[in-house]
Amino acid sequence: MEKKRDYSLVGESTRIAIETGLASADWYHTDVPRKAMKELMQRSDGPAIRDTIIWIVAILGSAAGIAWFWGTWWVVPFLLVYGVLYGSSSDSRWHECGHGTAFRTRWMNDAVYQIASFMLMRNPVTWRWSHARHHTDTIIVGRDAEIAVMRPPDLLRAALAFTGILDFRYSLPTLVRNAFGSISPDEKSFIPEMELHKVVTAARWHVAIYVAAIALALYLWSFLPLVLIGLPRLYGSWHMVLTGLLQHIGLADNVTDHRLNTRTVYMNPISRFIYWNMNYHVEHHMFPMVPYHALPRLHELIKHDLPEPNPSMWHAYREVWPVLIKQLQYEDYFLKRELPPTAKPYRDEFHALTVPAAAE
Amino acid sequence: MADWVEACGVDDVEEEDVIRFDHGGRTFAIYRSPDDEYFATDGYCTHEKAHLADGLVMDDIIECPKHNGRFNYKTGVARGAPVCVNLATYPVKVEAGKVMIQIG
Repeated sequence: MEKKRDYSLVGESTRIAIETGLASADWYHTDVPRKAMKELMQRSDGPAIRDTIIWIVAILGSAAGIAWFWGTWWVVPFLLVYGVLYGSSSDSRWHECGHGTAFRTRWMNDAVYQIASFMLMRNPVTWRWSHARHHTDTIIVGRDAEIAVMRPPDLLRAALAFTGILDFRYSLPTLVRNAFGSISPDEKSFIPEMELHKVVTAARWHVAIYVAAIALALYLWSFLPLVLIGLPRLYGSWHMVLTGLLQHIGLADNVTDHRLNTRTVYMNPISRFIYWNMNYHVEHHMFPMVPYHALPRLHELIKHDLPEPNPSMWHAYREVWPVLIKQLQYEDYFLKRELPPTAKPYRDEFHALTVPAAAE
Repeated sequence: MADWVEACGVDDVEEEDVIRFDHGGRTFAIYRSPDDEYFATDGYCTHEKAHLADGLVMDDIIECPKHNGRFNYKTGVARGAPVCVNLATYPVKVEAGKVMIQIG
């Protein structure tokens, strides 16, 4: 089997994406009256302050539980809660505050963004730019720096992602490398030169805090500081992967219609709190200006133009599994989801050029 | 000599909002601030080609609809990543219920 896709951001796929106009293209948007969109885009501090207070209280409460029950089996439920809050819900906070849509007040977005970036072991500067690229060129091979599962899919790698090991193995050395002033060619491809020094400064702050946590662990001769700082990235990131993988996995690449490459999944209220409504992912990609708390309303407004959402995560994984298996043999295969009769059709005249064989 | 061009009527833009104005192959954004003043800038974000008229006006800020980059639309100053380059602004005056902008 010949591997066709080059996921480097400075390679052959990059050149083709730029030459064919896939890079920085005009994307399909469902028509929404300006008045309705203006209402949906409105910012408010209230919902995010409420959610952030709950978030912080739950984090501190579960951390206190871990410290209190350390050395007994009673610590396990607290580890479960703390791990998910630290290692998973930080991803949605990082994401929403990176967009600047969580709070109306800018400094609140920036403060939560910096804290969440640290919890995720993500360089706050690098990832701000990589995410901007992800929105410009969503799942465009050679352009998008945030493609979670490449083709043909590495299923072992995808499974290991639930443990956080692979991300940890990538994130920590990247932070250390950045702290020593080294920026990779891929990073340079999406971070403006004038921002590069900020990458190094941010990495040094993160590394300094980890060094302090390690020093404290050695001083106390206890793993507790590391269980609270750093290691939750391992034992608590499973929910982030569980929800995040579904965003684009098994769907089309190299298209300019989010209905083809992005998935909306109905989820339970707890997952939606952890994930800050990013289960409405088609809606988010089409209209990134709409805050997380308004996404359910946006969904109601435009669902006539979108594929039917998956009714549950279980349903979505069951749907995508056979697609991944087929992609092992034939990497061009993907799930082309049906649109309702009320929707505007996919722009096949454009996508047919880049997607030679679609699965029905 | 720069020309004054009629962009729109004063009521074509809602308070704290923006509309698009195309002229001579160029695109502009016309703003009406919360205190009922009018301003004009280039119509495209300096980060990537996105119409600012589809964005959100909050006080003296216009937020780009594509990546949430922010500018002060009164001065054109970029207010943080992912926008790094300032936005061109244009003089505006209101005459007989029309918003006029001076295009160089």
